[in-house]
Amino acid sequence: MTAKTMAEQVLSARSGTDARAGDVVVCDVDVVLGTDGSGPMAIDYFGAMGGTRLARPGTVFFSLDHYAPPTTDATRAFHARIRAFAAAHGATVFGVGEGISHQLAAERGIVRPGTLLAGADSHAVTCGALNAFAIGVGSSDLAAAMLTGQAWLRVPQTIRVRLDGALGAGASAKDAALTLVAMLGADGADYHAIEFAGSGVATLGMDDRFVFSNLMVEAGAKAALFPFDACTESYLFAAGVSASAYAPVASHAGAAFAGDRVLDLSAIGPCVARPHAPDDVVVLADAAGTPVQMVFVGTCTGGRVADFHAMRRAFDAAGGRVAPGVQLVLTPASAPVLEALMHDGTLTHLIAAGADVTTVGCGACCGTSGVIPSDGATVLSTANRNFKGRMGAATARIFLASPAVCGAAAATGRIPSSLTDREAP
Amino acid sequence: MIIDGRARVLGDDVNTDYIISSRRKRETIDATALAAFLLEGVDPAFAASVRPGDVIVAGRNFGCGSAMEVAATVILAAGIRAVVASSFARSFHRNAINNGLLVLVADTSGVREGAPVRMVVADDDARFEDVAGGVVRPAAPLPPIMRDILAAGGLVGYLKANGRFCEHPPREAPCRP
Repeated sequence: MTAKTMAEQVLSARSGTDARAGDVVVCDVDVVLGTDGSGPMAIDYFGAMGGTRLARPGTVFFSLDHYAPPTTDATRAFHARIRAFAAAHGATVFGVGEGISHQLAAERGIVRPGTLLAGADSHAVTCGALNAFAIGVGSSDLAAAMLTGQAWLRVPQTIRVRLDGALGAGASAKDAALTLVAMLGADGADYHAIEFAGSGVATLGMDDRFVFSNLMVEAGAKAALFPFDACTESYLFAAGVSASAYAPVASHAGAAFAGDRVLDLSAIGPCVARPHAPDDVVVLADAAGTPVQMVFVGTCTGGRVADFHAMRRAFDAAGGRVAPGVQLVLTPASAPVLEALMHDGTLTHLIAAGADVTTVGCGACCGTSGVIPSDGATVLSTANRNFKGRMGAATARIFLASPAVCGAAAATGRIPSSLTDREAP
Repeated sequence: MIIDGRARVLGDDVNTDYIISSRRKRETIDATALAAFLLEGVDPAFAASVRPGDVIVAGRNFGCGSAMEVAATVILAAGIRAVVASSFARSFHRNAINNGLLVLVADTSGVREGAPVRMVVADDDARFEDVAGGVVRPAAPLPPIMRDILAAGGLVGYLKANGRFCEHPPREAPCRP
């Protein structure tokens, strides 16, 4: 057997073939993940395909995260349809307020190392941080996976990204991942898998790794896998998954890569992605002083516990009150994140300082629920996309940044020029 | 398969939110209703200007961003029969084929808005032609499974006929288990 990448190994195992980059293979899908955004169409396709039963009901999950809560007749009907379908077919539904689909797949131990996850949400790639081959698909591929338990996939070539060093004060995983998206470009990883490697990996916690994997789809990546290590193992153990329940993959020595990139974590500083492209990344100083009217902390990129802690630290160091004329919107990525922030006092503190907290889920990220920016507003966000109109207002300008940068801006009303030592994550 | 049409020229990195805004999905996911908002993020007048048989001719990374499938179905519902781009984001590319929307990867540089274009897909040939300019450009061949899905009119037709995915379905007999 010749040397294989992580992607080739997972897809070989799931297809029962000797899969190589470029091959088309039919794979068993371990986790089938839908949302209230993609699910209703998937149910339509499933019916049109002649579907009467799910191939493996225990592998099918729907999360009501995009319309949380539903605010129109159409969206509450989406929820009713998904609940009825799941009840009839034995699938699992995560209700409004439980969390974002791929966040739940990770923290509930649903996705495991070495497995194949197909999620009808482009940010399903987030789960690659757990050493899984996790891809985003549309509603029809989701329906096919529901019906057959399978997906056809072209085995991707892999770009290896070596992470060197460790993040310094003031820098976060978000800054590093945005820098990497800019290095690769918006289409730099189209059709490719990304594998992270190097000594820098061990310096990153799981919450950091999720940010990296999540943002790689903004460079077009099909999947973005981290190696398995003690950090992965302890995260899974806390999620109730023992090491005997999965088989991690590691790249074979001599595996063929389509490219090798190096990111020196110690050289990363705070940065922002400017409107209207996630790969239009500049150092913080180049956007400093820009007045902001809305600050959004949440999403599958920047809505985990560590993100809110970093945000709070910077917010407090910059004054600890929401600046006049700024709306600070907080949307935890899952119910356990919300609970942790309630128990440790973070939310009490931030609400007293003027923040608004909205229902757990995707929130304001893509204009489907939550707060829509005012016309002409400048928004600073921990999210992953800043396309024109993305948050539901065509004239809003969205900057993407780390939670710490967002925290400082919420207190001052402007994008900061730098983070002080006290603000640094 | 040969498709003739009128080129509707777009640039690079046209994301799915530009093709159809997520906020429109709060009211409906019916593609026919959403077609009135096609590409409003790029050009609010675009939807009203579409004529049946138009072909989108785009630059790099067409369909990047969200994997939402309405981005493919709304293009079809507007009467557009094909998209040719110098590259695609993978999720849009799959969604398009799964709904019977022809997508081809070819050099699209220099094509003028409104120019007559032709797309050809056969087992051993795929090409894109700028008819007025007399330019013929090779297109990346689709893998057999994608040609089969396209020939079935999309993934619904394919799975109804075959019952499951097959790498190389026999032409005579469906690959039922």
